[in-house]
Amino acid sequence: MVKDLAGHKKRRGLNIGVFDVVNTIIMIIIAIVMIYPFWNTIAVSFNDAQDSLRGGITLSPRVFSTYSYQQILTSRLMVTATVNSVLRTVLATVLGVFVSALIAYVLSRKELVGRKFITVYFLVTMYVSAGLIPTYFLMKDLKLLNNFWVYILPNLISVYNVIVIKSFMQALPESLSEAAIVDGAGHFRTFVQIIIPCSKPVLATIALWCAVGAWNAWFDTFLYNSSKDELTTLQYEMMKLLSSAMNQGKQQSLSDSSNTMANTVTPTSMRAAVTVVASVPILVVYPFLQKYFVKGVTLGAVKG
Amino acid sequence: MRKNASIWKKILAQKELYIMIIPCMIITFIFCYLPLGGWIMAFQNYKPRANMGYFDQEFVGLKQFEFLFKEPEFWNSLRNTLGMSLLNLVFGFFFAIVFALLLNEIRNKGVKKITQTVSYLPHFLSWVIVCSLISNMLSTNDGPINNILLSIGLIDKPILFLGEPKYFWWVVVIANIWKEMGWNSIIYIAAISGIDPSLYEVAALDGANRFQKMWHVTLSGIRSTIVVMLIMNLGWILNAGFEVQYLLGNNGMLVDVSQTIDIFVLKYGMNIRNYSLATAAGVFKSVISIVLVFGANWIANKFGENSLV
Repeated sequence: MVKDLAGHKKRRGLNIGVFDVVNTIIMIIIAIVMIYPFWNTIAVSFNDAQDSLRGGITLSPRVFSTYSYQQILTSRLMVTATVNSVLRTVLATVLGVFVSALIAYVLSRKELVGRKFITVYFLVTMYVSAGLIPTYFLMKDLKLLNNFWVYILPNLISVYNVIVIKSFMQALPESLSEAAIVDGAGHFRTFVQIIIPCSKPVLATIALWCAVGAWNAWFDTFLYNSSKDELTTLQYEMMKLLSSAMNQGKQQSLSDSSNTMANTVTPTSMRAAVTVVASVPILVVYPFLQKYFVKGVTLGAVKG
Repeated sequence: MRKNASIWKKILAQKELYIMIIPCMIITFIFCYLPLGGWIMAFQNYKPRANMGYFDQEFVGLKQFEFLFKEPEFWNSLRNTLGMSLLNLVFGFFFAIVFALLLNEIRNKGVKKITQTVSYLPHFLSWVIVCSLISNMLSTNDGPINNILLSIGLIDKPILFLGEPKYFWWVVVIANIWKEMGWNSIIYIAAISGIDPSLYEVAALDGANRFQKMWHVTLSGIRSTIVVMLIMNLGWILNAGFEVQYLLGNNGMLVDVSQTIDIFVLKYGMNIRNYSLATAAGVFKSVISIVLVFGANWIANKFGENSLV
């Protein structure tokens, strides 16, 4: 006992050594590196645009101003973009989760004749994709160019999500659905009234993934809907701001400083404000739902 | 005969399941299988005209692939794709594993939790946002990276990180590490938590110090996870991603080092409107990818670990 205690003490003495201190410092540096770019952007977005040109904004605004945000709120394009982003996110999430869960339910029914064929039929699409040009022509033929539904329909079914949901459903006790079916409830009712409520944890994870994916998408707007301003999305507007900043490159700072009008927005301040608006929904929900975000990863990786 | 009849009976009894699944199969057919028919363009000299289907076009056999393989820009794109993919793979793995190992050694629960939470965050931001943040950080005009390098005296004038070809691949690698390191470490953290604690006790009895335990117990405990993840990721080597490259490198100065196969397809298809050549490049990529992915899965299965197929 005494020996044990001594050994324990010795180990603890070693534990709070140089390595622990260095390791903790490394972790703190990593946390700062992860958070600083974002923090800095928030500070710039709340700083007066002209004042920001002097540089030196780090952790807090020097001359507080909400002018960049007022510009966004009064810009018709930005308001449209925000509405479209919200709308596509909500629709894609609700429909995506429902359809994926439906497929997962059917594929989890062992008695289904042709189950193997149907499973492979869906699995193939995970690995074989037609590529950009044929897909573009398909959207054109389906009259989905310059059409809001191009945001929803092509991404409705994610086979990866189906697999994750299916492996969860297969782990549910079979007696649950058996009882309902014996009672005369059809498969659809069993699915809606019993299986969906029981699968809430996995469906929450999938819903978050769907929502993040839809909210962050910009390429479909760029490829299919870029000629129609009513269909623009926040991420696409952000992409336009970024690419104009990238192309102006060094000249941007020159034109910025020659512009001495008071109370104007500069490309930099506008971009900072749009960055904040485009990531606020994720930043707000993320700390609370982190465990749901993460849970599915190990779920999906375990079984294919 | 009787066997057939009983199958039909079974199917009839399950008709509700089929009513549920068939619309989903139709949607999948339309959006995933139908466009595969467009691969026929790669064997044609496709010119879009009103009221003309794929079969009214001129067939040229493998001519487009011949053009493609003679096109230096294509080989350049392939080189960029493989180069950035491999760098991302090597450094992405290294940082995710080291991060998981170091995080595991942190005793203070608060520090551990906060670092973990913060490190996953960039994964959920879009590449557009991440690229915008990266370009701010690397800016020559008051960007923090240049400021730090200037203040410690490593350089005497700001480096144009996003304007010089020699830095571009590394910018892409660092962007990927920043965005995905925390997220990629999840799987290793999970594997580490599955290691039998008695192994550490045995190692301690044998007189192993902390680094020896990290090396011989922790790292060897997650070795099979690392091997399987590595093999699986090799399967996706032709997907270097195109978002960072397109968002940060789509200008005359950088296009030589930033253009991946995906951007090549986008450029030849959407800008130059040489649909057949672009499709040929796409088909080339798809076919090689499928072979690689299935090869990788087959090898991963040989290791007796889980796989995605």
